[in-house]
Order: sequence, then C-alpha cells, then structure tokens
Amino acid sequence: MKRSERIRWGLSNGLPIALGYLPVAVTFGILARQSGLSVAAVTGMSAWVYAGASQFLAVKMIASGVTFSEIVLATFILNFRHFLMSTALARKLEVSKPSAAVLSYGVTDETFVVASIHANPEGLTALGFFTMALMAYLAWLSGSFAGGVFADYIPVAIVNGMGIGLYALFIALLVPSARKTWQFAIVAVISALVAWALSKLLPNLSEGWTLVAATLGVSALGIVLPGVEDRS
Amino acid sequence: MIWLLLAGMFLVTYLPRLAPFLFAREIRLPAWVQKWLKFFPYAALGALIFPGILTAVPGRPGLAAGAGVIAAICSLFIRNITVIVVLAIAVVLLLQNLGIP
Repeated sequence: MKRSERIRWGLSNGLPIALGYLPVAVTFGILARQSGLSVAAVTGMSAWVYAGASQFLAVKMIASGVTFSEIVLATFILNFRHFLMSTALARKLEVSKPSAAVLSYGVTDETFVVASIHANPEGLTALGFFTMALMAYLAWLSGSFAGGVFADYIPVAIVNGMGIGLYALFIALLVPSARKTWQFAIVAVISALVAWALSKLLPNLSEGWTLVAATLGVSALGIVLPGVEDRS
Repeated sequence: MIWLLLAGMFLVTYLPRLAPFLFAREIRLPAWVQKWLKFFPYAALGALIFPGILTAVPGRPGLAAGAGVIAAICSLFIRNITVIVVLAIAVVLLLQNLGIP
C-alpha cells in the first residue's frame, strides 16, 4: 500500500476519534480547573498521562485530598486494560522497538477498537496507526487545554451532550461486524451484560477491572464458538 | 508537587501499553489463544458501550440510550463512522433542547 494511502487511512479513522475526544477533553479541562489545577497541570496531565477515565478519577481524588500514591495505584488499576489491548495490537503491527515506544503511547480504548476492526484489507500499518493515534492525541491535548483556559465561558450542557460521540463511535464499529459475523455479535452482547452485572453486583470494582474481566472472560467464548474464518 | 504525581501516572499508564510491544511478537501463541485474541475487540466494545452509555449524557439515560439506538440503526446503512458520530451528537443536542427526558 502506498504511503499516501496509509496516511489517508489514518486521517479518516482518526477523525471520528478526534471528534469524540474533543468534548470529553474539554469537560476534563473544565473539571480539572475547578478542582484547582493550573492550566499547565491540566495540559500536562493530558500530554503525559493521556488516559481519559484515569484523568477524571485523578482530578476527583485530588479534590478530595487523597494521597498521590493512592492516585497512582488507582490509575494503574484503571489503565491496566491497555496491557490487554497492546498485547492484541502488537501482534498485528510489525514495528521496530523504537517505533513501538512511540506507537504504544497512542494505545487507547478507541484507537484499539478502531485499529482492530477497521484495519485495511492489507492489514494494519504502522504509519496508518501513527496518523490515527496522533489525531486522537492532538484532539485530547487541545481539548483539555481549551477546557482549562475557557473553563468559565464554555456552555457545559452542550459539551455534556456531545459526550455521546464516543459511544456512537463504538456502536458504528460494532454493528457492521456483528451483522456480518454472528459470533462477534454474541460475544459483544454477553460482554455488555457481564459488564452490567459486574457493575451491579460489585459496585466497588473499578470500571477498568470490569472491562478487563468482561473482555478476557467473554472473548474466551470465541475459542469454542464454531467457524470464524481467518482474515486477520 | 503535582508534577511528581503526573510522572507517577505517566509511568503506570505508559509501561502497560509499551510492554506487550516489546515481547508479545516474539512469543508463538497456540491457535486457540489467537482465536481468543481475535474476539478481544468485540468483547471490549460490548463492555465499553453498555452500561456506560446510560451515563453518557449526565442525568439523561433515556436520551443517551435513544441516541445510541438511532446510531445503531444508522450504522446499518452508513459506513462512515464520522457521520454516525456527528449524527448522534446532533440528535442529543437537538433533543436536549426540546426537553426530552
């Protein structure tokens, strides 16, 4: 595949993620400012940590005066799911170790599912993934910065309403695959039910572990489900 | 002091993302594990969508779920993900201002 095609793949797949991230990042910027973080710290957290759910949790914990070591531990627990996602992605992306150091920074829930499901017919390319991940990262960074700077002027109701964007992204990825391959549909539905049951039965379990348990446990069904043709 | 926290958070978010890239490809996985991995994204999607979507629009679970259903129906006909994302956002913003629960 030509270089320009790989970049175009990255741009067209990065755009919906960037659109989904922007309002969430702006919300983060606003909340973080309200919890007393400086604009530099807000932007720095988005640049260095780059993990939505963990950042929201950290800001909440900072506001309630929890110790830093507890926040770091909570972040580790919530974000450990990316270990699973990187494991699956690393097998599809043939890259050198220095490139891996950069590309792995771009692994998020969203880049993982888009890269896994929307890969080119010829497979996932490092340049395509990089382009997509960069767009997502820049949207996250600029959104947090804008939210931090303009915290007092942004209409929160509108930004909140835009939070549906990422769910629409997930749905748009799932529906066509689930329609084509019933095994994927079954696994996704059961996984959603397991995640819901876990959140009801064990409300103290972090959402990170709920996701890890549902993903690991329910995707194992795929081992016994009959005949998914090999296209990966 | 906040920067110390950020450095700590950086380490515990980056290392789990990086580690598999450094060793995962060198390990030969049996066929059944590869089959398992192939289902990861679909199981993850299911758990990412539900029950999270119910809290996607603060205080408006019905509105968010409705927008999700509309997004799902449109996904049957429209393959462009960006269009679906924009559509869902538009639906929520419109209905939000009409006072739909």
